[in-house]
Amino acid sequence: MGVFPRSALGGVALGALLLSAVGAGAAPDGVIRVGSKSFTESYILAEVAAQIIEQVGEARAERRVGLGGTGLTYRALESGAIDLYPEYTGTLARVLLKDASLETPEAIRARLLPGGLTVSASLGFVNTYALAVRADAAERLGLRTIGDLVRHPELRAAFSSGFLEREDGWPGLRARYGLTLARVEVMEHALTYRAIASGQVDVMDVFSTDGQLERLKLRLLDDDRRFFPDYSAVLLARREMTERYPRTWARLREALEGRLDGARMARLNAMADLDGRRVSEVAAVFLGGGTAAVAGRHREMLAELAALTVDHLVLVLISVGVAIVLGIPMGIVAARYRRAGQLELSVIAMLQTVPALALLMFMIPLFGIGKGPALVALSLYALLPIARNTYAGLIAIDRTLLEIAGVLRLAPLRRLLRIELPLAAISIMAGIKTAAVTTVGTATLAAFIGGGGYGALIVRGLALDDTATILAGAAPAAAMALVFHALFELADRVVVPRGLR
Amino acid sequence: MIAVHEVTKRFGATPALDAVSLEVRPGTTHVLLGSSGSGKSTVLRLILGLIWPDAGSVRVDGTPVEPGTRDGLLARMGYVVQDGGLYPHLTAFDNVALAAEAQRWPRPRIAGRVGELAELAGLDGDMLRRHPRELSGGQRQRVGLMRALVLDPPILLLDEPLGALDPIVRAELQEQLGRLFARLAKTVVLVTHDIREAARLGHTITLLTAGRVVQHGTFADLAERPASPFVTQFLTAQTLEPSGTRPGG
Repeated sequence: MGVFPRSALGGVALGALLLSAVGAGAAPDGVIRVGSKSFTESYILAEVAAQIIEQVGEARAERRVGLGGTGLTYRALESGAIDLYPEYTGTLARVLLKDASLETPEAIRARLLPGGLTVSASLGFVNTYALAVRADAAERLGLRTIGDLVRHPELRAAFSSGFLEREDGWPGLRARYGLTLARVEVMEHALTYRAIASGQVDVMDVFSTDGQLERLKLRLLDDDRRFFPDYSAVLLARREMTERYPRTWARLREALEGRLDGARMARLNAMADLDGRRVSEVAAVFLGGGTAAVAGRHREMLAELAALTVDHLVLVLISVGVAIVLGIPMGIVAARYRRAGQLELSVIAMLQTVPALALLMFMIPLFGIGKGPALVALSLYALLPIARNTYAGLIAIDRTLLEIAGVLRLAPLRRLLRIELPLAAISIMAGIKTAAVTTVGTATLAAFIGGGGYGALIVRGLALDDTATILAGAAPAAAMALVFHALFELADRVVVPRGLR
Repeated sequence: MIAVHEVTKRFGATPALDAVSLEVRPGTTHVLLGSSGSGKSTVLRLILGLIWPDAGSVRVDGTPVEPGTRDGLLARMGYVVQDGGLYPHLTAFDNVALAAEAQRWPRPRIAGRVGELAELAGLDGDMLRRHPRELSGGQRQRVGLMRALVLDPPILLLDEPLGALDPIVRAELQEQLGRLFARLAKTVVLVTHDIREAARLGHTITLLTAGRVVQHGTFADLAERPASPFVTQFLTAQTLEPSGTRPGG
């Protein structure tokens, strides 16, 4: 029959392709990969670092920003997928190294060095967690300290998922103060600002350098029992990189260590969050480069969009291609061996029930971050419609027509290629069409694990609370989906035999 | 020689055939006659090895039809079904050529053979380039017949070949089929519910009802020496009304 060996071969080829695409090892020569978490301050500090790297000229800077939460970004650094990113001492000590006694950058550095990592000295500002309420509510309810919340258990809180789970976040805070808030929800940070401003939420977690605090008239509650540790900003880097590019590392430390106080950081955050300035501009302002010309900015935006379009297309074409190469044989096998086929299709269907974002996250421990794991996840996602439609198309073929193929003594392969697949072509093409169009959408999530594509704009827009940037990513993705749909309508004319149309 | 001996076949609990025996002599046309559900198509499918008997045996030229012999025996048979059973995605030419392609005939030989058969069936080259959807019912049926004949098998099995056609085309094709069978000297087994077709084409006839043989014989035997009142009833019921367009089975 030749189907099994074929799909096995496809599997090997896929594996090889993915391994080469992941490239989780060290950066290629002459490149320093700068990462960041997905919130404004992290973006800005990463961009500042990237611009400094470019100024020194020892290596090219590659931006892999907006990787997500702490665990993800740290793992990316450990695996060598990025070379440095901005981190905070408190997070390093408590969350990553799990030793609260490590209070200074020096102590942390001593602990990190054997593992091949290092940190700069403090950049000069402390960005600690804090709880914020609307100033008018604080006035009305007499809220001054976190302890005052005990008297108002009816207040509604919305916390970021990191804060909600970390020991140095909500669980510890609640225990220390004996808080009993009735409604505590998890919400994306950027959205919580809108919710608190419009009065749908009363209490939220914030960072003390947050650019929005002043403008949204939020008040920080005093941490009178000294629960939150110091979170001094530092640059966390791979030691290997600092030794390979000593001038760059020295320049990064010189330009940043002790140069940023809390007020200055809050202003930079506000420029990005509230004035809608691009992160690259904000970084340039800090570095003294002044503001980029608006005309240049326009061109830059288009260039970025073009690059992201290519990026996005690569994601969609490769993952749908892989899904076709694997999905059609899987559909054929399922149609041949009905019972095993049901099992096979159920497994694929189960993969589909995993939320796309979660599936992407599962890829990280296996393949690291970047395009490779995103392609694996997207291919798995695209598999179901193709395999299922191939199966459905094959089993729907008129039995008499199959019997006649037997009577005409067509060999199995000829029968498959000449009779069965063409007769199932409409269904198979519909499956591929579905896979392609949905993958254009799902691929926007790839950016959450550093896979690039239009999603990079959406992730950045979410982090900066900037609707225009979100739309700049979402609208082209929708347009691309429409283009794909139209192209497939044309492809139908070529692939589906004339006699079936 | 096709010999069906004491064959019983059940689908689930319902017996489709109950101890059916019949013989077809080489070079003759034998008609399996009966209304739908009589089991006549089942006999054809047993001869083709598409299904296997629960009891009894089927032999073609002395070879029992079994999984091991099926492929070799199929080389000696052509099969035609109602409305042609053509592949909608292939042109008439490609439908006819399939079996020859499977035997790896060279292209010119295939083209020559298809041309020959087209002449025999009265189809022109333009029609061979069409897809089944673009052909009339009668044309589709001719293509189906060509496809069964392409390797020139000595045995032809036809299952209600004219069942989907309107009466006028049907009568015309019956005429042509009769001449064709005589000229090609094939051993033919033809399944139909149409008494006129049976009379016109069959050297011998087996009348079936509810999975049992009612009578073997020529049409004259059935008409003049009916084995039971059912035979007369079956013959007169149809001769009183115009030959039907009912699909049979």
